[in-house]
Amino acid sequence: MARVVVDVMLKPEILDPQGQAVQRALPRLGFDGIADVRQGKRFELEIEGPADEAALAEIRKMAETFLANTVIEDFTVRVEDQQ
Amino acid sequence: MTTRIGVVTFPGSLDDRDALRAVKLAGAEPVSLWHRDKDLHQVDAVVLPGGFSYGDYLRAGAISRFSPVMETVIGQAKAGMPVLGICNGFQVLTESHLLPGAMLRNNHLHFICKDQKLRVENADTAWTADYESGQEIYIPLKNIDGRYTADERTLDELEAEGRVAFRYVDGNPNGSLRDIAGITNAAGNVVGLMPHPEHAVEPLIGTGRTDGLGFFTSILKRLVSA
Repeated sequence: MARVVVDVMLKPEILDPQGQAVQRALPRLGFDGIADVRQGKRFELEIEGPADEAALAEIRKMAETFLANTVIEDFTVRVEDQQ
Repeated sequence: MTTRIGVVTFPGSLDDRDALRAVKLAGAEPVSLWHRDKDLHQVDAVVLPGGFSYGDYLRAGAISRFSPVMETVIGQAKAGMPVLGICNGFQVLTESHLLPGAMLRNNHLHFICKDQKLRVENADTAWTADYESGQEIYIPLKNIDGRYTADERTLDELEAEGRVAFRYVDGNPNGSLRDIAGITNAAGNVVGLMPHPEHAVEPLIGTGRTDGLGFFTSILKRLVSA
């Protein structure tokens, strides 16, 4: 068993009004000094076998075709918990 | 032989009934299609209706795009079958890569529900032939993920090839790039837009006008003369 994390973020050039709304709310709540907020998605995948190159290649393919829309989003894949 | 126009129902579709009714009012035979059924039941064209298919989980249209019915629709659309995507249906078409770009949360983060003025920019598609290029129409708009986005190169290409089918007029309601409300593929058989023509087909409801009926009469004429 291993846990693989896929983070999906809007591309830097894409406007993220949800992140902006969070950022604007922070000073009101007493949290200062945050210049920018970008909001994204995190997927935690528990895989049955080891997180070897083959498994990671499959997950990258999954991220590219389904978890992320690469027209507007970038993704990263990393192994979090290799047992 | 009557002209059969299919309307797909996904779990979470809202406007499939209105789309079926619009097809009927235009004079074609409406056919209900089911998301789990690959068979298109000999329809001549398909409408992907508005709503929140699969709860908009992941991204609007992202899961519907992989439904069994879409496998057939994507193949047939590439072979020339006319497909109209309305609102959520437009999102399904971009997720399917039948149309370029993507839809994002409205720039002001609010759900919109209003009568929207549009300009028909391309009256040569399978779904817009009954309009005139430059004609202004009022069509209801209701969505939260309506901000059309594509990279600059794609946008320039769409403009150069006349593939911006509809543009918002008198104010951009959601931050869509270049005021784009709807686009077409290069062949003109696949059209997607955020506003809802199926809600503007009878004077008693919707905008009080029938500006949306032209989508359905356009396709009927196209199919009958084909």
